Amino acid sequence: MLEHYLGLFIRAVFIENMALTFFLGMCTFIAISKKISTAIGLGVAVTVVLAITVPVNNLIYNYLLRDGALAWAGFPEIDLSFLGLLSYIGVIAAMVQILEMFLDRFVPRLYNALGVFLPLITVNCAIMGASLFMVERDYTFTESTVFGLGAGVGWALAITALAGVREKLQYSDVPEGLRGLGITFISVGLISMCFMSFGGIDI
Amino acid sequence: MTTPKQVLIDPIFNNNPIALQVLGVCSALAVTVNMSTTLVMCAAVTFVTTMSNVFVSAVRNRVPTSIRIIVQMTLIASLVIVVDQILQAVAYDISKSLSVFVGLIITNCIVMGRAEAFAMQNGPWLSALDGFGNALGYSVVLIAVALVREPLGSGTLLGYEILPRVADGGFYHPNGLMLLAPSAFFIIGLFIWAIRSWKPDQVEVPTYEIAPNTQYREAM
Repeated sequence: MLEHYLGLFIRAVFIENMALTFFLGMCTFIAISKKISTAIGLGVAVTVVLAITVPVNNLIYNYLLRDGALAWAGFPEIDLSFLGLLSYIGVIAAMVQILEMFLDRFVPRLYNALGVFLPLITVNCAIMGASLFMVERDYTFTESTVFGLGAGVGWALAITALAGVREKLQYSDVPEGLRGLGITFISVGLISMCFMSFGGIDI
Repeated sequence: MTTPKQVLIDPIFNNNPIALQVLGVCSALAVTVNMSTTLVMCAAVTFVTTMSNVFVSAVRNRVPTSIRIIVQMTLIASLVIVVDQILQAVAYDISKSLSVFVGLIITNCIVMGRAEAFAMQNGPWLSALDGFGNALGYSVVLIAVALVREPLGSGTLLGYEILPRVADGGFYHPNGLMLLAPSAFFIIGLFIWAIRSWKPDQVEVPTYEIAPNTQYREAM
């Protein structure tokens, strides 16, 4: 059993990396990867939010939205799954807000370190994407917790790696038109190619 | 004052959402492996961006600033649900192959970014044009990427064979890399290079200037 969860975690971190194989969270990934320290902060925030929202959305999907899920309330024939998108984004926005207030009250150091990144996370596609993948692949509650955590760690790893590359790239002589955004895309492509070498691993 | 024509045309090359504003890269790249899904995705994004700009702009004076993000989110999410349901009803196969990426239009930064940056300050008509123009700019990049990836990756375009593959008795060895994630990044990087060589004012200012080589004798 433990092996199954470990395999799921490794898959989410390396083989099916959110940023590099599914292109999720790209906007923030490209925009906020100029410095390693900010990249790590953002990575931690994304991991925390993912590890909370994916399981919560899993509960909402299984007990409120899916076909026949409302049987416990006496409505076995109701299918609310079309409301999925709206509820997931609501949960994510609310979760981010609650997390922000909680951190502000109890862990002010982490709150200050994360700063503006917390509200930005609401519109990060990696968070929404993980919830949608959870629904599509029909994960159980425990599986979705592991998957959320793994997806977050993978994303954090990718953005830290890119920030490291970009810090060095500042000092290199790049062709004019490629400077900035262009060369960043090409380096992401190369990192993504490296991550593909994990593809053969089967756990 | 900007004219409606400028609002519509500018985002296509001069202020392209993907190549210059870094918006909406997220949900887009994975759908460019073949042309038909790309076109459906572009149509969906165009619809959502235009309509969300209209609606956000129409309610902009009645929404308190503190809750505007959640209001925009709700409007956008409802539009995306409409698109998703229509796709599932009309084109089920394509909707399956787009999988989660239709839902991800909600968090597509173009939609949110244009609602926040343009529709909150302008009337519905101009906002509609702005949304449509930005969606066109996005579609241009996506179609360009798909135009490279599908023929080189599988020898077809929109499902029609244009480069006969070796496996079917033709001459073309399909390039497997084109079907995988990294190629999309490379193609977009090169596309940005092309746009910026054509329009040099978009070139970014270097944060760090490299000193010219010192002559050997001076260095001594």
